[in-house]
Amino acid sequence: MGEAPLAVEFRGVRKAFGGVPVLRGLDLAVREGETTTILGGSGSGKSVCLKHMIGLLRADAGEVTVIGREVTRLSESGWVRLRREFGMVFQGAALFDSLSVFENVAYPIREHQSWPEERVRERVRSCLEGVGLAGVESMFPAELSGGMRKRVGVARAIALEPRVVLYDEPTTGLDPANSRRIGRLIVALQRQLAATSVVVTHDIELCFAISDRVALLRDGQLAAEGPADVVREHAALRDFLEGDEPLPPAVARGAMEGGSHG
Amino acid sequence: MSELAATPVARLGDRALGLAEAFGDFALLSMATLRALARPRFPWRTVLVEFEALAVRSAPIVVVTAAFTGMVLALQTAYSLTRFGAKPYVGSIVGLAIVRELGPVLAALMVGGRAGAGIASELGSMKVTEQVDAIRAMGADPVQKLVLPRVLATTLGLPFLTVFAITVGIGGGMLVAEAQYGIASSFYLQTVTSVVRVSDFASGIAKTFVFGWGIGMVGCAVGLATTGGTVGVGRATTRAVVIASIFVLVADFFLTKLLLLLPTDAWIGALARWLGGA
Repeated sequence: MGEAPLAVEFRGVRKAFGGVPVLRGLDLAVREGETTTILGGSGSGKSVCLKHMIGLLRADAGEVTVIGREVTRLSESGWVRLRREFGMVFQGAALFDSLSVFENVAYPIREHQSWPEERVRERVRSCLEGVGLAGVESMFPAELSGGMRKRVGVARAIALEPRVVLYDEPTTGLDPANSRRIGRLIVALQRQLAATSVVVTHDIELCFAISDRVALLRDGQLAAEGPADVVREHAALRDFLEGDEPLPPAVARGAMEGGSHG
Repeated sequence: MSELAATPVARLGDRALGLAEAFGDFALLSMATLRALARPRFPWRTVLVEFEALAVRSAPIVVVTAAFTGMVLALQTAYSLTRFGAKPYVGSIVGLAIVRELGPVLAALMVGGRAGAGIASELGSMKVTEQVDAIRAMGADPVQKLVLPRVLATTLGLPFLTVFAITVGIGGGMLVAEAQYGIASSFYLQTVTSVVRVSDFASGIAKTFVFGWGIGMVGCAVGLATTGGTVGVGRATTRAVVIASIFVLVADFFLTKLLLLLPTDAWIGALARWLGGA
């Protein structure tokens, strides 16, 4: 149909933690240059799914392909090179507390490039400007508000102009105004970088504000997938919104540790 | 699985498996750390920062511990020796005990408590806030960035701290010997140097490299294995101190036994001749 090539593809991916299955034969496709949102409730395996895309977790079975490479059994050193193509925004921002905002954003640059200091400075400044946070370079993460930390996290993720940007729950813990600001930022960056974006969230408003395509996860499997306006009308989405979907077995059994594998 | 875990035998089995897994993880992390030593882009700056935080800042607690141990050791030794009419030889016994055993082990226990807890809580917090994942996600290696600098800092720092501990401990003993028992400082020092050999000093210091490596590795391994949020960080910190202390005490026994079997005196004699000839 002349569609864009796939940036990420999952085929029958399975992953269990301590015998509790989280991904149960997940099939998923993310097209290059699009924003795909992975929607799902707690325990549906959406964050786990995201971590497979960048090799932070390894599939027990099935196949994962990212930017044209089969990575299911890729070694950690192979991943180190591949991750240069990725930027990841973590749920709690995961900024390094011991480093200033400047050093946080400069971290991936220093890791992969040997640019002169002037160029690093320039790049960090433009990334921070891009997320609307000019002039906070010398502050430390502990001095920032939750929304600011998330935006610094975004600036750090885009510092090397990655081909794929992964967002893990970008609006969780933010007030509505900040949530919308993050949503607008994701759309703006998408246009500016022409990158592929994958957003994991349970924020339905964010989802339909930013997505080209939506994948709804339920119980470690794909419940619905397609262009945003198609999924909007899907029965599985109505179940998700109204809380009618059955609880994943792990949650029902109460065997899940906190919500860390959400 | 949850039904099985209820029976005591299964629980014991689970425990044993968990322990075996922890040992395996520890061994893998140790090997990864050794490999990271040879990797390009050696993290000099972080090593220095950690050396300051873990070793230099442990100096006060090590010095206080050593001073009072030396003092009380002199009190106790003099008290005991008086019964044999051998009180003047306090220096020999205090010196030997501190150089061979108490200096290295007390310094290691103090650093194990302070640095072990510090490392485990810092890395544990980084783990539960996904900072460790963030390092990996940016294509960097947490072993090179976090583990190697801390392990090097404790491995290279502890021998220095032990030299301080030995010096201050013997000095503390000297103060008490003079003030309490009227033993002249010059005589005390003479009794120390006449008995304590270079090989005693070398065997005391040699052990501390192993202690330092172990303390750093335990702190890092326990910290990186942290799960379960802030409660988990607290648990990891306690566990790191307990394991590091036990490691020091157990390793001390076996290292001492090993070093007693080795002809260290002959080696040092040969080294001295070689240095004299050169």
